[in-house]
Amino acid sequence: MDSARITRRSGARLWLAGFWLALVFIAAVAAPLLAPQDPLAQDLLYERLPPFWMNGSESGYPLGTDSLGRDLLSRLIYGARIAVLVAFTAALSACVLGSALGLIAGYYGGWADRIISRIVDIWMAFPPVLFAILLVAVLGTGLHSVIIAIAVIDWTRFCRVVRAETMVQARMDYIENARIAGFGRWRIMLSEVLPNVLPPIVALLSLEMGIAVIVEAILSFVNLSISTDDPTWGGIIAEGRLSIHQAWWILVFPLVTLFLTVLSFSQFGEGLKSRFDPVLR
Amino acid sequence: MILQKFLLRLITMAVTLFGVAVVVFIVIRVAPGDPIAMMLPPGAGPEDIARLRALYGLDKSLPHQFLIWLGGVVQGDFGTSISLRQDVLSLVLGRLPATLELATVALLIALIIGGPLAVIGARERGTAVEAGIDVAGGAALSIPDFLWGLVLILLFGVLAPIFEISGRVSPSLDLPFSTQFYLVESILRLRFDLTADLLSHMFMPALALALPLAAIITLLLKQSLKEVMDLDYVVLARVKGFSETQVILREALKNAALPTLTLIGVQFTFLIGGTVIVERLFSYEGLGNMAIDAVINRDLPLIQGIVLVFALIFVLINLAVDLSYALLNPRLRHG
Repeated sequence: MDSARITRRSGARLWLAGFWLALVFIAAVAAPLLAPQDPLAQDLLYERLPPFWMNGSESGYPLGTDSLGRDLLSRLIYGARIAVLVAFTAALSACVLGSALGLIAGYYGGWADRIISRIVDIWMAFPPVLFAILLVAVLGTGLHSVIIAIAVIDWTRFCRVVRAETMVQARMDYIENARIAGFGRWRIMLSEVLPNVLPPIVALLSLEMGIAVIVEAILSFVNLSISTDDPTWGGIIAEGRLSIHQAWWILVFPLVTLFLTVLSFSQFGEGLKSRFDPVLR
Repeated sequence: MILQKFLLRLITMAVTLFGVAVVVFIVIRVAPGDPIAMMLPPGAGPEDIARLRALYGLDKSLPHQFLIWLGGVVQGDFGTSISLRQDVLSLVLGRLPATLELATVALLIALIIGGPLAVIGARERGTAVEAGIDVAGGAALSIPDFLWGLVLILLFGVLAPIFEISGRVSPSLDLPFSTQFYLVESILRLRFDLTADLLSHMFMPALALALPLAAIITLLLKQSLKEVMDLDYVVLARVKGFSETQVILREALKNAALPTLTLIGVQFTFLIGGTVIVERLFSYEGLGNMAIDAVINRDLPLIQGIVLVFALIFVLINLAVDLSYALLNPRLRHG
């Protein structure tokens, strides 16, 4: 395939994914302005209202209501806040922790590498979802536990990639030159190696944000994230799974939202990767 | 030389498992909340608590507790579940077959979907068919099993209720089984009515687990096939007059399969990790579902046992992958 076509395809992918992610971001920031109702307001007269195109819908509740009569659209919009917050903080923490350890393992080699690689092996032997549930149960439910759990579990993804890239870079001439020029190890690692391993890190970071959103949804689903009243996408999904035979829309809307968000994060990452890749470019 | 490598590999495996045991033990012991206090009826006195703590060994120092537990594990004694008050090992072994059967069926589904799609994609390379396979594969790959499970529940459990979406087997059925390997046993006993019921329960969760793996198999195998399609022996087969599909199946496939096989092994561990939440989603009575209950009930011995069993499965699969790679790759075999 010629490179112009690849670039065009990855360009369209970047734009589409970026558009949806921007929507989610705006929803998160401007939730109080955008939400038609109070996401916590229950109204038992309005329980399980269908979405606007079906018989029995009410104006002001465009996507219908859940089994406590809370407006679905408003809960989805407020749920974006948790999703965006978790995506950024948890993925960035995992990224910083994993990249730092990966740089050290790849650049120093020897014992540092052996110890860090062994820890990565041990981490990879845990079923990740079970590990996350276990950590949150131990740390106590709450948003900070969710974020810590994701960072503690997923740093290995960054560590493995950065370690491999660093080992390649560390053998190159410019690093040798920097060493001869008398640069310290940390200075070489941070100002010479790091910028060159940044492209794969950025692509992985976008992917990790999608994973963080899913893990938060899974933890909300098993009721271990933030309190059940606060709107989260996973919480709405759990609620929808329960009333699936009475009101399918409670499951469909958060599912579609989550679907598009995760797909966008991964496509955005893929798009960035092919942008950065000098061979493809 | 190979034996030496193998022994080294076994030692690394043991170190990894020991590391997992240490990490679980530490994580669980820093947990706030007293599991003993939770299992006692109200009105129990401090001496009752002390008696139970001693019974479960919780009155000793942490390193001491760890050594006692590890000594037991080595002898096959994983302790007693606090919430279910049964032997942990028999609980785990009772649920493990359900999870293994689910994971195996999922792997088969992934191969059945992924293999033919890869062959079709390689045959139709450069056409719209291949582009379509690429797009579908990319999407299937980036959506995790949890979301696929929910989509399947909606589509085939509610909108077009074809398959069961809850449990492992219909509760009304009389089960003549003597082991927990229901699916295997139903086939061996020629009770295909039960096999059908089991598969109808298993199909949705297995498909949810299989879709990301099927996408990986499709994309990678197609890539490997395309790489060998222009090599001399493949061209020769084509000159001999074999059709393109025959060329792929007879000549290209066996040489292109190795990288895919290696990757399937690694991805299979991810699939097994995914059973935890997918079993929960479909109320399937496997090990993962029990694990989540154990965490919610703060059942320390049971959590330790389950995590260790999962870790053991993971390292065994990795070992099998390494071994089969060494056996299948001629360069390593003779090297």
